[in-house]
Amino acid sequence: MKLYVEEPGMLTTVQDRGRRGYRAYGLPAAGAMDYRSLSLANTLLGNPPGTAALEITLLGPTLSISGSGTLALAGADLGARLNGWPLAAVEAFAVKAGDILSFTAPLNGCRSYLAIAGGFKLPQVLGSHSTYLRGATGGYQGRALRQGDILESAASSPTSFWQGALPAGLSGLTPPLASPHYEAVVRVLLGPQDDYFDSANIALFFESNWQVTLEADRMGYRLKGPVLQHKAKREIVSDGILPGAIQVPPAGAPIVLLADAQTCGGYPKIATVITADLGIFGQLMPGDSVQFAATTFATAAAATQAWESFLTELAIWLQRQQGSTPKRYRVRTAGGEHLVSIQTIS
Amino acid sequence: MEFPRFLLQGDTGLVVEFAADISPVILAAVHSLQKALSDQPPVGVLELVPTYRSLLVVYDPGLTSPELLTKAIAKLLPRQVPPLPQGEVVQIPVCYDLSLGWDLQQLSEMVGLTIPEVIAEHSSSNYLTYMLGFTPGFPYLGGLSPRIACPRLATPRTLVPAGSVGIAEEQTGIYPLDSPGGWRIIGRTPLKLFDPSLEQPFLLKAGNYLRFVPISLEEYQRLSVGR
Repeated sequence: MKLYVEEPGMLTTVQDRGRRGYRAYGLPAAGAMDYRSLSLANTLLGNPPGTAALEITLLGPTLSISGSGTLALAGADLGARLNGWPLAAVEAFAVKAGDILSFTAPLNGCRSYLAIAGGFKLPQVLGSHSTYLRGATGGYQGRALRQGDILESAASSPTSFWQGALPAGLSGLTPPLASPHYEAVVRVLLGPQDDYFDSANIALFFESNWQVTLEADRMGYRLKGPVLQHKAKREIVSDGILPGAIQVPPAGAPIVLLADAQTCGGYPKIATVITADLGIFGQLMPGDSVQFAATTFATAAAATQAWESFLTELAIWLQRQQGSTPKRYRVRTAGGEHLVSIQTIS
Repeated sequence: MEFPRFLLQGDTGLVVEFAADISPVILAAVHSLQKALSDQPPVGVLELVPTYRSLLVVYDPGLTSPELLTKAIAKLLPRQVPPLPQGEVVQIPVCYDLSLGWDLQQLSEMVGLTIPEVIAEHSSSNYLTYMLGFTPGFPYLGGLSPRIACPRLATPRTLVPAGSVGIAEEQTGIYPLDSPGGWRIIGRTPLKLFDPSLEQPFLLKAGNYLRFVPISLEEYQRLSVGR
């Protein structure tokens, strides 16, 4: 199966879980800004959770399809349409030659992930498919998609057994995504340089509502709110940075560093977002607001583990549905027309 | 303050901090721990990032915890640190022609030396690569002569070409990628500091020494072919 890029959208890049092992050389990890959504889209197709997919930002692409196979979306609701028919924000769906996948406008969230059963046929660069835009490294020729690009499935894209939205109400499964995130609460661990701030300023950091500014990209989000005062020194001897670190430059407005974050820097880091909540930032847009809440290492590690367990349970549940082929209907209601898929589940 | 200090960076990073200042001795301690940890990696360690005065240990929180790691690292902490071996000094050819060294003329006036004196000063010492960062392969170098130290540009340029060699205060460095930047540019190297298509994508490594070797514009152009 091939996907032809008719329109590239605002910023569509290939991302997987990120590139590991090169931070010592100054090369950021890159990778999906919302790993939960990437891993969900892949799991719906029976792919390994970290398989490379398209990260679609706000204004989605228009893709035409040759061959047949299965695709899945997860993450933000960017108004996905298959031949004009609405798709859910989280949905696996079969496609055939001549189909057109398009996106109307962002309705909820910022980034959606489009995975393909079997993964994309692309070379790995330094152990990953992720696109690091500033370094022109990885992904599709080291850059965002452009009109005329052609993406190919790695295997003869298998028709996946599950087609449809995320099955609702499976017992024992954690809800997959907290949405919408417009007033998000993000959990952090204090440090490594919280000792550069007195208790009044630490309290201010946690009590304040922070607004995402227009300076928000894959490298980091600048936040607007009250000015955080450093105790005395406003800079440190540059040290290592991981995605999630919250820097406070001398002017006192925090910057949350994300997937493409530089690997080292000289501003004190008041706190660091836990791994399980990093994807919330991936779904925030300029104007959205966010509050920070302190948590512990044990809670953070358990939250990451809970997501991994959810994916495993979902994968097992989906395998049990094998052999039950969905039937699709077009249903007209007062609210408009819908594509409904009916499948026997056990 | 007592060193080494162990600091959390979120749920995947543990920072082992050796000092509050910068020196070749501190860097040797950082690299000595890095070597010990890569020779005998404790369970769950994924990546090691050495910087000026600390080592960032990246780990999998599903396999270990800050407590377990701290204990394991404490056992490996170097008691006596040998100085960093000078090893092979990487030669970096630099063309200091004014067509590439955009700020060389102004810098020479600001520091009160002639252009040949600035070039001689810049290319006559071995620089220690304290760490790489900012952009892939960008070296933070120590050892610049204070005679040619000079503040950054008041307004950074929106585009500094890859290979540009610059000075900012008492630091000198090389831009691996076309990027914005405020350092005063005194020359350019035809070498690529970062090439993701190579098996060894980085020219430099933290802890290594390098030296700038002046070349002519003709030589620069010859070496640039195929870049």
